[in-house]
Amino acid sequence: MVEFTLPKNSVVQSGKEHPSEKQDGNNKRVEIYRWDPDTRENPRMDVYEVDLDACGPMVLDAIIKIKNEIDSTLAFRRSCREGVCGSCAMNINGKNTLACTKAIEDLDGPIRIYPLPHMEVIKDLVPNMTHFYAQYASIKPWIETQTPAPADHERLQSVEDRSKLDGLYECILCACCSTSCPSYWWNSDRYLGPAILLQAYRWIVDSRDENTGERLDELEDPFKLYRCHTIMACTDTCPKGLNPAKAIAEIKKHLVERQ
Amino acid sequence: MAQSYELIEHIYDTIVVGAGGAGLRATFGMAEKGLKTACITKVFPTRSHTAAAQGGISAALGNMNEDDWRWHMYDTIKGSDWLGDQDAIEYMCREAIPSIIELEHYGVPFSRTPEGKIYQRPFGGMTTHFGQGTAQRTCAAADLTGHAILATLYQQSLKFDAEFFVEYIALDLIMEGGECRGVLAWCLDDGSLHLFRSHVTVLATGGYGRSYLSCTSAHTCTGDGNAMVLRAGLPLQDMEFVQFHPTGIYGSGCLITEGVRGEGGYLTNSEGERFMERYAPNAKDLASRDVVSRSITIEVREGRGVGLEQDHAYLHLEHLGKAVIQERLPGIAETARIFAGVDVTRQPIPVIPTVHYNMGGIPTNYRGEVVTLKDGNPDTVVPGLMAIGEAACVSVHGANRLGSNSLLDLVVFGRSAAIRCSELIEPRSSHKPLSENACEKALDRFDAIRYASGDQRTAAVRLDMQRTMQNHASVFRTGDVLSEGVEKIKQIESAFKDISVSDRSLIWNTDLVETLELDNLIGQSSVTIRSAENRTESRGGHAREDFSARDDKEWMKHTVIWRDDAGKTTIDYRPVHLYTLTDEVDVIPPKKRVY
Ligand SMILES: Cc1cc2nc3c(=O)[nH]c(=O)nc-3n(C[C@H](O)[C@H](O)[C@H](O)COP(=O)(O)OP(=O)(O)OC[C@H]3O[C@@H](n4cnc5c(N)ncnc54)[C@H](O)[C@@H]3O)c2cc1C
Ligand code: SF4
Ligand code: SF4
Ligand code: FES
Repeated sequence: MVEFTLPKNSVVQSGKEHPSEKQDGNNKRVEIYRWDPDTRENPRMDVYEVDLDACGPMVLDAIIKIKNEIDSTLAFRRSCREGVCGSCAMNINGKNTLACTKAIEDLDGPIRIYPLPHMEVIKDLVPNMTHFYAQYASIKPWIETQTPAPADHERLQSVEDRSKLDGLYECILCACCSTSCPSYWWNSDRYLGPAILLQAYRWIVDSRDENTGERLDELEDPFKLYRCHTIMACTDTCPKGLNPAKAIAEIKKHLVERQ
Repeated sequence: MAQSYELIEHIYDTIVVGAGGAGLRATFGMAEKGLKTACITKVFPTRSHTAAAQGGISAALGNMNEDDWRWHMYDTIKGSDWLGDQDAIEYMCREAIPSIIELEHYGVPFSRTPEGKIYQRPFGGMTTHFGQGTAQRTCAAADLTGHAILATLYQQSLKFDAEFFVEYIALDLIMEGGECRGVLAWCLDDGSLHLFRSHVTVLATGGYGRSYLSCTSAHTCTGDGNAMVLRAGLPLQDMEFVQFHPTGIYGSGCLITEGVRGEGGYLTNSEGERFMERYAPNAKDLASRDVVSRSITIEVREGRGVGLEQDHAYLHLEHLGKAVIQERLPGIAETARIFAGVDVTRQPIPVIPTVHYNMGGIPTNYRGEVVTLKDGNPDTVVPGLMAIGEAACVSVHGANRLGSNSLLDLVVFGRSAAIRCSELIEPRSSHKPLSENACEKALDRFDAIRYASGDQRTAAVRLDMQRTMQNHASVFRTGDVLSEGVEKIKQIESAFKDISVSDRSLIWNTDLVETLELDNLIGQSSVTIRSAENRTESRGGHAREDFSARDDKEWMKHTVIWRDDAGKTTIDYRPVHLYTLTDEVDVIPPKKRVY
C-alpha cells in the first residue's frame, strides 16, 4: 500500500477534544495546533476547555494550565512570563504576540493558537529559529571601532545620542515581526526581515560604533533590505511597541543620503 | 536499558553550562584566550533569566558623586550581615570598576549623565563614607539593565565565535576520581544525547527561585547546576539564605525594581503612612531588602496591610512625574500596567515580598573554582569544576545580597573564571581517557525518569513542594514550622518516586524536562529547609522568630550541606573569610547592623 506523508504545514485536521470537568464553569474554548515529530502525522487542532475561574489572566497561564492539568504532552517555549525574554512568541487569534502578556480577557470567542507562521515546526508550538538567529549573527551585531577605547574610563556618549538607541535596543528577538511580514515569508532565505534590520539599525545609529559605512554597504542589496515594501505588519504586531518599519525606512534614508 | 542510548561525544578545553550573564561572560572570555570553548544552554542565550534584571549593576565609578570601592566593600559586607567572605568581596568591589568600564566598551547602551558618562542611581544599602551618605553607585540602562547587558555579552560571544549548543539540557556532571571530566546533555531538537568532555566544566545555571510558589524568577530558574553538584556527592553552601524582594507585584510575582525607590519611590500602609521611616530612620525605603521585606510583613500582620485582604503594601511613584518615569523607568510602567492594571503616573502599585534570589549555592573561591570541605580542609578545590553567577556561593552576598550586586557578581566572576582557566589549561591539550561506564549513573537516572509511570502528576507534586516552601521557609521562620516543612518535603520526595511522565518521545519532550527540573528543585528545597531548620540564629535573609538575634559566637560560619541519593542530608561548616586579599583595605569587623 502506498503511504503519503503530507508536509508539516499542510492540511490541519481536527484533533482531540478535552471538555472541561466543570460543565457549568466559566469555560473558555482554547484550540491549539499540534504536530508530533515522532509520528509525523498531519498536524491537528486539539481543543481544550479551560475554566477561567481557576486560571491566571494571560494566554500563557491558560496554556500552562492545560499542560499541568489536562495534557502534559503539549510543547511550547516559555521562560520569564513577563514579556522580557521573547520565548513565548506565537500566533494567537491571527496575530503574532507574546502569550505571557496577552490577556485572555481581551480575546473574544474561542482562542486559536498556532506557532509563528511560515516557520518550520519542530513540535506543536515550537518553531525552528535557527535561521533567524543566523541572520542576526550575519549583521555583526557587536560594536566595531578603530579608535581604541579610553584606558580607564567609559566612552562618552551624549544623552541625545544615547536616546537614538531608544526603541531599538529593547528588542527581545521574539521574531513576531519577521514572521508576520509577507516579504519575509516568501524570501526569508535572503531578506533579513524587520527584526534583524531593526538590530542592524541599532548599530548604525550608535554614536560609538565606527563601522557605519560598512554596515550600510552590507545592506545595500536588492534582497537583504529592499524586500521591505512598507506593509507595516511588523510594527503593527510588535509586542514591545517597537517600530521596525520605521527603522527600515531610516536605513533606506541613510543609504539615499550618502549617495 | 541505559545501554540503548547512543552518545555523541565532543571534546573541548572548557565547557560552560548556562548562557546568562555569568555563563556568557565566561564563555567569550575563554574563547578570547584561545581555549576551545562550548556553551551549553537550555534556552537561547538572550532568553536567559538575566534578561529580566531591571535596576542596574553596581560599581564605585563616582560618576554622580564621590565614591570609593572600599565603601562599596563596606556596604556589601554589612549587607551580607558579616557572612560574606571578605577576600572575595574585596575582589568583586575593586574589579567592579574595570569590569563595568569594559562592559561599556563592549557596547552596553547605558543611560548617560549630562557629561556623557554612565548614569548611576541610588540603590538599597549603598552608601558613602562607610554608612554616612547615600551613594549613587548603580549603573543603569533605564530599567532594562539586565536585558542590555545580556544582549551585549551575547554579541561579544558572536564576535569571538564561541560555540553554542542551544536548547540542550545538561543532565549530570561526569565525575571520576573526585574530578569533573565533563557533562552529559540532551538535545531537545532531535532528542540526541551528548557527552561533552572538558578540562574544566563551569556551572552558570542560575538560581532556583521556582522552589517557591511566588517568585520573581523565570520558569527556567530550577537550579539544575546546584542539583547536579549534590548528585556528584558535593555540598551546597548557605542554602538557608533566600532573598525576598520587598516589591514583587501582588498576585503575579513580577518584579518592580528597587530602582523605583532609588529614584524616589516609597512604600505606604493602609493608613497612608510611609512606614519605612519607623523601621529604618536613616535609609528609609532604601534600607536593605531583608529589612524592608520584614517591615512589610510586620505591617500586614499588625493589620495595616492594603487591599481587600489587607495583605500587601503600596509602592508609589506617581510623584516622580511622567518625564522621569518615561526616561528612567519605562519597563516598570509597562509591567505594572500589564500585570497590575495600574497606571503608575496616577496610582500606586500593589506589592508584596516575593522570593527573588538565592544567596546560597555551589561553594567557590574568588577564582570561580568549586571548593569543598574535605579531610578537615575547608578550601579543598574540586579539580575540573567551577561555578559562577547565582548558582555559585563565592560568598560575596553572605546572608543577604544588595541590589545590583548580582549582575556585578556575574561579570566579575565570569571574567575571573576565564582568567583562571587560561592559567590552568594548555589550549587543546589531550584528555585523560574516560572509563567505559563513566556515564552510566547519569543515563540510568535519565532513563528512569523518562519511563516513570507512577500515578503522581509532575505539576501536582511541584505545586505541593512550592506551597510547602512558601509556607514553611518564608520571610519569618520558626523551629516548629520549619521542622514540619522538613517532614512535608520528605513526603514530597517519596511522592516523586511515584511520578509519571506521559510523553515518551525525546524530541522537545517538555514533560520530561519539567520532571527532571522538579527532581532538581526537590533536592534544593530539601537542603534549603534543612539548613534553615539547623541555623538557630537570625542573620540577613534568615529571620528566626525563636532565635531573633544574630549569634556571631556560634554562627559566623557557612553551612555546607550534602544530600545522598536516598535524600539523606548531612551538615557541616566552613569558616567565614575574615581577611582581605590585599593590604589596600582593612577587614571590616562585625558590628550591629542598623539602617
Ligand atoms: C526580576 C529580576 C530582576 C533582577 N534585577 C537585578 C538587578 O537590577 N541587578 C542585579 O544585580 N541583579 C538583579 N537580579 C538578579 C540577577 O538578575 C540574577 O541573579 C542573575 O541574572 C543570574 O544570572 P546567571 O548568569 O547566574 O543565571 P541566569 O541568567 O539565570 O542563566 C542561567 C542559564 O543557565 C542555563 N541553564 C540552566 N539549567 C540548565 C541546564 N540544565 N542545561 C543547560 N543550561 C541550563 C539557562 O539556559 C540560562 O542560560 C534580578 C533578578 C530578577 C528575578
Ligand atoms: S514594513 Fe517591511 S518589514 Fe514590515 S512587514 Fe512590511 S514589508 Fe515586512
Ligand atoms: S522588533 Fe518587536 S516583534 Fe520584532 S523581534 Fe523585536 S521585539 Fe519582537
Ligand atoms: S515567557 Fe518570556 S516573553 Fe513570554
